[in-house]
Amino acid sequence: MADRMSIIVFSGTVDKLMAASILTTGGAAMGMEVEVFLTTWGLEAFRKDGYKTNTRVSKDFEDYAPVMMEQMMVKKVPSWMENFKNAKEVGDVKVYACSMTLELFDMKLQDLEPIVDDVTGVATFVERAQEGKITLFI
Amino acid sequence: MPELTDVTIDKEIDARGSFCPGPLMELIRGMKALPVGGVLAVLSSDPGSAKDIPAWIQKAKHDYLGAFPEQGYTRFVARKTH
Repeated sequence: MADRMSIIVFSGTVDKLMAASILTTGGAAMGMEVEVFLTTWGLEAFRKDGYKTNTRVSKDFEDYAPVMMEQMMVKKVPSWMENFKNAKEVGDVKVYACSMTLELFDMKLQDLEPIVDDVTGVATFVERAQEGKITLFI
Repeated sequence: MPELTDVTIDKEIDARGSFCPGPLMELIRGMKALPVGGVLAVLSSDPGSAKDIPAWIQKAKHDYLGAFPEQGYTRFVARKTH
């Protein structure tokens, strides 16, 4: 079994992206290979510069959104994008864009944040994930 | 565990006010920059550090010299072994 953590990032809301980015950081810090597969709203969130204006939170907790965003500013919590960048800096992290979503949203790799390494299909992700130890869907 | 007065700290990073996994990331960066044999201290006010920092140091096979509580924060000290 590969020492690998595979994360499917489906959600594009700040709360869930924050969770995904912190888990990625943890995996990278503890020496695991981390593969992040961005699909649907998770991929939309990686559109170039999009994270700078993204203040969406999960619908079921949307009443918390203003307080959460404010607290993150006040307490200087690093953004989820910064977490992903830090994770890449300390460990072996690869970020892949789902080819089907790219097609659906009429996007190309160049339209995404430079942190995204490549485009891949679901079969490749599954093949890599089945060799790994941890798989998460966020 | 040695007393803090027994070791010379070569570099100290103040990560107080930074949240999980911030202090750990500072420690990892600091370790990378330190020469082998050097002693690094990280100041953290994040309660997660108490477990996260020793876990990383053990995983990375450096010497954990201990956690030394101060007022409102803890000083984590480790020696780079490789």
